[in-house]
Amino acid sequence: MSLSLDDVKRVANLARIEISEDEARKALIQLSGIFDLIEQMQAVDTSAITPMSHAQDVMQRLRADAVTEIDQRELFQSVAPQVEAGLYLVPKVIE
Amino acid sequence: MQWETVIGLEVHAQLSTESKIFSGASTAFGAAPNAEACAVDLALPGVLPVLNRGAVERAIRFGLAVGAKVNSPSIFARKNYFYPDLPKGYQISQYELPVVEGGHIQLQIVQDGKEQEKIVRLVRAHLEEDAGKSLHEDFHGMSGIDLNRAGTPLLEIVSEPDMRSSVEAVAYAKTLHTLVRWIGICDGNMQEGSFRCDANVSVRLRGSDKLGTRCEIKNLNSFRFLEKAIDYEARRQIEILEDGGSIQQQTRLFDPEKGETRAMRSKEDAQDYRYFPDPDLLPLEISGNWIEEVKKGLPELPQQMRTRLEHDYGLSMYDALLLTADRDISEYYEAVVGKLPSDPKLCANWVMGEVSAYLNNEGRSFDVCPLSPAQLAQLLLRIKDGTISGKIAKDVFRQMWAQADAESISWKNREGVDEGLADRIIDSQGLRQISDSSALENLVYEVLAANPKSVEEFKAGKEKAFNALVGQVMKAARGKANPAQVNEILRKKLTE
Repeated sequence: MSLSLDDVKRVANLARIEISEDEARKALIQLSGIFDLIEQMQAVDTSAITPMSHAQDVMQRLRADAVTEIDQRELFQSVAPQVEAGLYLVPKVIE
Repeated sequence: MQWETVIGLEVHAQLSTESKIFSGASTAFGAAPNAEACAVDLALPGVLPVLNRGAVERAIRFGLAVGAKVNSPSIFARKNYFYPDLPKGYQISQYELPVVEGGHIQLQIVQDGKEQEKIVRLVRAHLEEDAGKSLHEDFHGMSGIDLNRAGTPLLEIVSEPDMRSSVEAVAYAKTLHTLVRWIGICDGNMQEGSFRCDANVSVRLRGSDKLGTRCEIKNLNSFRFLEKAIDYEARRQIEILEDGGSIQQQTRLFDPEKGETRAMRSKEDAQDYRYFPDPDLLPLEISGNWIEEVKKGLPELPQQMRTRLEHDYGLSMYDALLLTADRDISEYYEAVVGKLPSDPKLCANWVMGEVSAYLNNEGRSFDVCPLSPAQLAQLLLRIKDGTISGKIAKDVFRQMWAQADAESISWKNREGVDEGLADRIIDSQGLRQISDSSALENLVYEVLAANPKSVEEFKAGKEKAFNALVGQVMKAARGKANPAQVNEILRKKLTE
């Protein structure tokens, strides 16, 4: 699988990572190396193996449906850059 | 050209848990801004999500109710996008192995007196967390963020594109709305956003088996808007295609004031969200025992009950649909029939007629109906055994309603209370029908003697005159005569 420089830039943009032309080229080489490795691994027949979704072979523990948190808004908002009327203020975003 | 509209719906049902899907913060609606946003919901560094058993159980309940496959293991994934009301920079959702896969919803559609059944297949239903709310009003050119809703559990229910008109889409949404409330997984409050619809709409030439390019219409928070938005959108697409244009895949927003849809953003394709399994959450295992346990707790489903009402009680599809609109109505109705098993249709007419109308008028629901099923059943029994006419019964009903318990207490807690109310009103006001035929005959004689003109006219062949005479007798009896009996006696006397 070949990755283009544009692919790298697009993914960087989606992930909101600012990346210079130089860094993009470096990332392209590194990512391509990873893809090559994946390609090599794909030669192995895995048809009888269930895909693994987590590195640990244990299952999710569940918690009971109960409210255990208290209102700590003041504490949390004490470190926020700007708050008003209980709201966190952020630069205006409208789609 | 003949166009066909193709519709698929995505419904977000907010699950009725006490706490959030991955944190112990409350989900109660209407709290002060950010008072219910804990460290996990705010995505503060170092926090980890812990899955709520109640949310999973509700998803299983839904899966069983629609005949779907419940996946085990089921996997949680990160859906990445950036918006200030999503502090983590990703939404925890499901991509591969959603908790519910497949299944179907059966619809009954009654339109212009015609009854129609239809199956809508489901693709999947997956668990995910809701985002917060952005307020764009005046905060000195900034946006205000309220994260109370962040982390609220949602079940996103995705249908196949099986619907062919806005009427079918609304019927599907309503059936689903009834179902999620019926099985107790969602309160269905559309104003508060507990049940939200997005519609995928495309058009194609009738007979084609290829799907056209679709547009997704977001946030339709009422059934009426859903219908209007789909109709508008289908017309818009047909006009473009008939003018030789092509449809661009995009997300559109319905504007209820103008009754139209407008472009919101071009549709990101799935890769743009860069889904991947969330390393913070292990695979979810749902044991066969757990599924069995949930299955045991399921009530009779609305669809099963509809079929039973039609088959066992001989009700029409329309009646069965109305009586299963929610569990409060169906339970009340069943309790009335329990007291008067000989006439389910009469019970249905009164439950959907007078009782519904009086409750609506007072903005109350069936679970706090002031008249108990036993009280209503006694009134209906008195119609059936000829003690009172249907007309008098409505008057008695009005008085019963006024006298019954005005407090909002469930009728289930009022068993045995004043069950003789109807008889007491009928007796105390002498409302019993005059069934004694000699008494009726006397009335008829009096009326005939007082109305020689009508008698003449009837004898000259005017049937109208007969009806006038019946009316006179009924009036003389102050409504308490049995009309059929009056007819019979009157005709006999006139032809003697």
